[in-house]
Amino acid sequence: MARFSREKILSDFRQSILVSVWFMLLTFPIMVIRVNTVQKTVQWKWERMLMLGVGVFFLSYIWRYLMERKENRPKDEDKIPWNQRLLSEKKYFYPFISVVFAFSVFLPFFVSEYRVNVLITAMIYVVLGLGLNIVVGLAGLLDLGYVAFYAVGAYSYALLNLHYGINFWLALPIGALLGALFGIILGIPVLRLRGDYLAIVTLGFGEIIRLILENWGKFSKGPSGIANIPKPGIIGLEMNRSQSILFIYYLMIALVIFTIFVVERLQNSRLGRSWVALREDEIACQVMGIDRMRTKLAAFALGATWAGMMGVVFAAKTSFINPASFTFMESAMILSIVVLGGMGSILGVILGALVLILLPEELRAFSQYRMLIFGLSMVLMMVFRPQGIISNVRRSYEYHEPAAAEGD
Amino acid sequence: MAGEESMAEKVLDIRSMTMTFGGLKALQEVDLSVRQGEIVGLIGPNGAGKTTFFNCLTGVYPPDSGDILLIPPDKKAIRLNGLKPNKITEKGMARTFQNIRLFQNMTALENIMVGRHCRTRAGVLGAILKGPHTRSEEKEIVSISYTLLHNVGLGQFVNEQAKNLPYGAQRRLEIARALATDPFLLLLDEPAAGMNPQETERLMDLIQTIRKSGVSILIIEHDMRLIMRISDRIVVLDHGVKIAEGIPEEIRKNEMVINAYLGTDEGAA
Ligand SMILES: Nc1ncnc2c1ncn2[C@@H]1O[C@H](COP(=O)(O)OP(=O)(O)OP(=O)(O)O)[C@@H](O)[C@H]1O
Ligand SMILES: [Mg+2]
Repeated sequence: MARFSREKILSDFRQSILVSVWFMLLTFPIMVIRVNTVQKTVQWKWERMLMLGVGVFFLSYIWRYLMERKENRPKDEDKIPWNQRLLSEKKYFYPFISVVFAFSVFLPFFVSEYRVNVLITAMIYVVLGLGLNIVVGLAGLLDLGYVAFYAVGAYSYALLNLHYGINFWLALPIGALLGALFGIILGIPVLRLRGDYLAIVTLGFGEIIRLILENWGKFSKGPSGIANIPKPGIIGLEMNRSQSILFIYYLMIALVIFTIFVVERLQNSRLGRSWVALREDEIACQVMGIDRMRTKLAAFALGATWAGMMGVVFAAKTSFINPASFTFMESAMILSIVVLGGMGSILGVILGALVLILLPEELRAFSQYRMLIFGLSMVLMMVFRPQGIISNVRRSYEYHEPAAAEGD
Repeated sequence: MAGEESMAEKVLDIRSMTMTFGGLKALQEVDLSVRQGEIVGLIGPNGAGKTTFFNCLTGVYPPDSGDILLIPPDKKAIRLNGLKPNKITEKGMARTFQNIRLFQNMTALENIMVGRHCRTRAGVLGAILKGPHTRSEEKEIVSISYTLLHNVGLGQFVNEQAKNLPYGAQRRLEIARALATDPFLLLLDEPAAGMNPQETERLMDLIQTIRKSGVSILIIEHDMRLIMRISDRIVVLDHGVKIAEGIPEEIRKNEMVINAYLGTDEGAA
């Protein structure tokens, strides 16, 4: 009843007016003032301010409604979440996965080449997200320099090919191994730190790798980058441009499946449990007999492996790389995928990658507002669904208890 | 119960352990030993240094000085000083925490499974390839963990997240998790804190059962009734100093202990 009381309606109204006035003032310079540099005049677009005010006024009502609903939501934690049922019950899982698989196999025949390229990028990010998910989602180590390992992979293919003519197929495992190696090398000094400190230092390391690539011209060809990196091929098979794009597309499908398979097994293993335990409570984890450094290093190295591998694919796909492809923005993007999708959840990370990479492409019309929408959706997400699109569900174990076990 | 001086071998022998935090002497030259199959109570007023004592033993804090010897039954003594907590657990000493430190978002069973970590081997390749060895190891982890969960009376919570368990159940789960590491010496830090009388009663039964299975126990507890009934021997700490040691009847009558608890000693302002 309280919801419709007179005072409530009045105070809601007052608050919404306040919010909309506030927004109008805040956006005044960018929305209303329009300087015409040619005629050297200033146009005042007051109607925009009015529209914004009205819009924000109504939006604030929606916001309030959502907030109230969030607070009053009954706790229905007994219900098995749909995503868990989808993945754990065979009668849902196999049809689901077959449909997804068939869909992705036939998709390239119905969309343009440009779209196929975008899909390849999306799948690269799926794998990157799954890799970073090991580090951030499972082991709880906030790594802001993940892109460094991506760069290591990309440059190892580009340089090995340039100097030694090593082909894509050989470079793929080498890139993965070098990623892991760098993960260990960078991990040893860095992983002694915790939380925020770790985040800052990994951020620094990521930038250092990029700066080295930019400035050590003799080694990496500096900012001008490396061009003409060959696309993957099969011996004795000539492929034209669109065929090789199609080839990379199917290769990425295979790599995504491979990644999901491996990551799923890691997650449900002895090692995976020790990562989660480490995330939950570092001291208790050590006291329970888990070597902290070793477990962290394993997470760091295994996460970096996927980045290294994807670096090779990226280099092959674009056939040109330079340090500008490996900025902090890239790390932030991958981290957003993990956080938005749902930390620790494989399905969540996949959805997160698809949403964050495909949606902006579909919304080209709004490309000016891309960062705005991105930031806004992140904030909304953190307020209303901090666990991500799909929250991580712990695995249930079935065990058939011995007959006479009822003790005390 | 082995009331009087039993002649069993020592499993833990601490000599003159000292620990300071800045200027605060949390432990001063404390000696303590636990014999095989014994339940030793460690008591003392708040801030006496009991938890610090556990933390020094288990490698969470490095003590300033003193020797910590762990003696596995029928084996040579191991000096624990300087070992990492996980190594110490591997040697056969496990503990619980006063402020419950479960892995909150893991299920009850998974919490115990983590405890099996130091007794199992599967690595990265094992996890990915999942060969027959890894499979059987994993199966064994589940069955041992399940049995332990059952033995502490939490069978119904298998797939429940630790944070959703009732308080008393969380304390029992911590004990099960510690037992999963196959210890021969178990350190319990206030296991009865926050429990009601029935739960405490059941806890005492559980501790006795654990002792009967061959695990020696060192227990910190404020519940005097419990500690007097269950311990073979009691050690009393006050302001980091060991002020008394003996069987429960002696401790009950000891002047210094009574004074420490009533707060009439000159040290406390
Ligand atoms: N990490 C620390 N840094 C500084 N001082 C500490 C630290 N840990 C404990 N102390 C101090 O050491 C003393 C002993 O603390 P401890 O926790 O061992 O007491 P306790 O006997 O377990 O008390 P309680 O019965 O309340 O659990 C206290 O004065 C405490 O403030
Ligand atoms: Mg204490």
